Amino acid sequence: MSKPIIEVKGLSKVYQLGTIGATSLKLEVERLWHSIRGKNGSARKSGEFWALRDVSFAVEPGKVVGIIGRNGAGKSTLLKILSRITQQTAGEIVLRGRVASLLEVGTGFHPDLSGRENIYLNGAILGMTKTEIRSKLDEIVAFAEIEQFVDTPVKRYSSGMYVRLAFAVAAHLEPEILIVDEVLAVGDAAFQKKCLGKMHDVASRGRTVLFVSHNMAAIQSLCDSGIMLRNGSVLKYGLVNEVVSSYLSEGTTTVDGQIELTTHPARARNGGTPWLTRLTLRDEHGVPTSRFASSRPISAEIEITPPREIINPRLAIAIEDEHGRRIGTTASHFDVSHTGRFGEPFTATAFLPRLNLGPGRYLLSVSIGEIGGQLDSIDGASWFEVEWDNAYRTGALHEWFYGPVVMAGEWRVACSPKIN
Amino acid sequence: MSSNSNLATAPAVPGTETPATPEIDHFKGYEVVLRPDTSWLAIELMGIWHYRDLVSLLVWRDFVSKYKQTILGPLWFIIQPVLLTLVFTIIFGKVAKLPTDGVPPMLFYLCGQLGWNYFAQNFASNSGSLVTNAALFSKVYFPRLVVPLAAIISNLLAFAIQTATFFAFFLFYKFVLHAGGFGLDWRVVFLPLLVLQSAVFSLAVGLLMSALTAKYRDLTHLSPLIIQVWMYATPVIFPLSKFPLQWQWLVALNPMTSIVESFRLVMLGTGTVEPSQLFVSIVLTLVLLVAGLLLFGKVEKTFVDTV
Repeated sequence: MSKPIIEVKGLSKVYQLGTIGATSLKLEVERLWHSIRGKNGSARKSGEFWALRDVSFAVEPGKVVGIIGRNGAGKSTLLKILSRITQQTAGEIVLRGRVASLLEVGTGFHPDLSGRENIYLNGAILGMTKTEIRSKLDEIVAFAEIEQFVDTPVKRYSSGMYVRLAFAVAAHLEPEILIVDEVLAVGDAAFQKKCLGKMHDVASRGRTVLFVSHNMAAIQSLCDSGIMLRNGSVLKYGLVNEVVSSYLSEGTTTVDGQIELTTHPARARNGGTPWLTRLTLRDEHGVPTSRFASSRPISAEIEITPPREIINPRLAIAIEDEHGRRIGTTASHFDVSHTGRFGEPFTATAFLPRLNLGPGRYLLSVSIGEIGGQLDSIDGASWFEVEWDNAYRTGALHEWFYGPVVMAGEWRVACSPKIN
Repeated sequence: MSSNSNLATAPAVPGTETPATPEIDHFKGYEVVLRPDTSWLAIELMGIWHYRDLVSLLVWRDFVSKYKQTILGPLWFIIQPVLLTLVFTIIFGKVAKLPTDGVPPMLFYLCGQLGWNYFAQNFASNSGSLVTNAALFSKVYFPRLVVPLAAIISNLLAFAIQTATFFAFFLFYKFVLHAGGFGLDWRVVFLPLLVLQSAVFSLAVGLLMSALTAKYRDLTHLSPLIIQVWMYATPVIFPLSKFPLQWQWLVALNPMTSIVESFRLVMLGTGTVEPSQLFVSIVLTLVLLVAGLLLFGKVEKTFVDTV
C-alpha cells in the first residue's frame, strides 16, 4: 500500500489564556517595565490551554475519515492546523497532496457582486484557477439551482440560495485532500441529501476527506473510519461504527440513567477536587432512565460531596442537541437564592414539569458553583433520548426543521369583527 | 470506560483495509512537511504563483465594488488630488508663500502628490491587512501575501488616472498659459522603475505595519497619523532644497524623499536627486522588504489565535 496521504505525529497546540483577545501595547510596555525592574512579568501570568495534546494518526489515500468529539475536544483546532490557518506548538504534519478546506461556506463572498462573479472569486480563494472554474461554471450553477439568478448580486439572494451557491463552489473543488467542517448543517433537507451525495462522489473518486460533524448519521453514512477526540487527545481511531457507538455511549454507566461523575471521562481537563459525584435522571414515576417522552416531566438528581463547607451552592444543568447547540439552561439560583449551608454530602434535584423537546438525542451538562465562581462541572455528562408522545395532542408530528423546542402554542382562530 | 489509559497512543491505520484506488496520481511526489518552526515564507512565495488568478480577481473585485454605488465612480481619483492641490496652492503658495523651485505652484503640488499618493494609498490599504481580513484568514488558507499584492496592483489604477490628470494640467500650462520654468526630462523613461520602487517600498512598509498592527492593536489608531507626519517629512509640499541644511540628512534617509524628488526631476526637470541618495533609498527599500517579509511571515502563522 502507498504511503499515508496525511501523517500527524505528536501534534500539540497551546493557547495562552489571557492573551486571547488583543495583546496591547500597554501590556507589552508593562512587561518590559517589570523586566527592567527585575520583577517577574505580572502581565502574563495567566495559564495555558492545551487545545491538542500529542495527537498522532495517519490517513491512507482515498479514505473518508470522520472526526467526532464534544465541543471543545479539539476538532476545529485540528482542522485549522491541517489547513494551515494557524500553526501547531509542537509536532509534525506530512501532507502528500494539495489541501482544500471548507471550514465555512461562502468565505469571501462579496454582496455587491453577482452569483457568477462570486463563483470566480470564491473558487479562487479556495485555490482554483480561472480555467478550472470556467470549465465547471455550468455544473456549479446547476448544482446550486440558481440558473435564473446567476447575474443577480448575491445580496438579493435568499439565504437558501446563498448557502447552496457557496456549497456548490466548494463541492467542485478537486484537491487530493478535502477538509470539511460541519457544512451539512445548512440548507433544507433535500439539499443536505444532495450535499451528502456529492461528498460520496468526491470520496469514491479516490480523494481523501476529513469530515467533522456532530451529525452522527451523516458521519456513519459518509465515512469509513472515525477519529474520536476528547480533551485534545485521540481517544479512539477505527471503524466508523465502533467509534460512533463509543461516542454515543460516552458517560453512561451500568444502571440506565445513573451517571458516575467522580471519574467521568469529561472531567479530565478540569482537574481539582471533584464536587459532583453522581447524576440520576428520572422519569415521572421516579424510575432512573435515559429515555423520556416529549410532553412528560423529567427530574435530574445531582449528588454532591463537598470537599469543604459551602454556603448557598448554585447548581445548574444545561441541554445541548446533537449538533452541539445549547438549547437551554436551568440553575438553582434562578429559582431559589438561599439553598443553605452544607458540609456533608447532599443532593439537589432539578424538576422540569414538561420536557418540551422534539424527538432526538440530547446531551446534558451539569455544574456547581458559588457566588464567587464555578467549582466543578461536567460538560456533556450524559446523553438522553427523547421520544415523541403526541405532544401536540392532535397527532401532528414534530419535524426537525421546527427546531428542537416543542412550543405547543394555543391558538384561537376567529372571524375578524367587521368595521363599518 | 477503559480507554483513559490510551489517551496518548494512536493506532497508525484504521480498521478497514479496503484498497484505495485513486484516479488521481498527480500528487505523487508532492509532499509538505509542517513543523512548528517551518517558515511559511518559502511555501508562500511559491504558492503565490498558484494563486495568481486570485490576485487578479481581487484586483478586479476592488475596481468593481469600490465605485459600484458611487455616482462619479473613478472620477474621484481625479477630484480628490485636484481639490487637495487647490488647497495647497492657496495655503502654502498664496498664504505661506513657500517657494516651488520656479514651477507654477499648481503643477508643483500635483507632481508632489503624484509621487506621494501611490505610496500613501498603498500604506492605507495594507497597514491593517491582517486585522481587517482576520475573518477571512481564520476560515480559509491562501498565501496571505496575496492580499497586499492585490491592493498594490489595484491602486495602480488610481495612479494611472492621476498621472493622466497631471499631464492634462502640464499641457494646459505649457501650451495654453505658455508658462515656463519646467519641462519633461529625458529620464522620464525611468518612470516605471520609480513606480516599481514606490510599490516595493510601500509593500515593505505595509507588511511591517500589518504585522505590528496584528500584534498591537493600538497601531490601528496610529497609522493614519504616521502617514500624515511622514508626508511632512517628505518634500511633497516644499522642495528638498528648502529644507534646513542641518535636517537634510534626515530627510534624505527617508526613501520617499528620493522617490518624490525623482518624480519632480523627470516630470518637471527641477528636483534635487544625488546618486548617493538614490542608492541609500534603494538599499533601504530592499532591507525593509526583507524585514517586512520575515516579520509578516512570522506573525501570520498564529495571528488568528489572538483575534
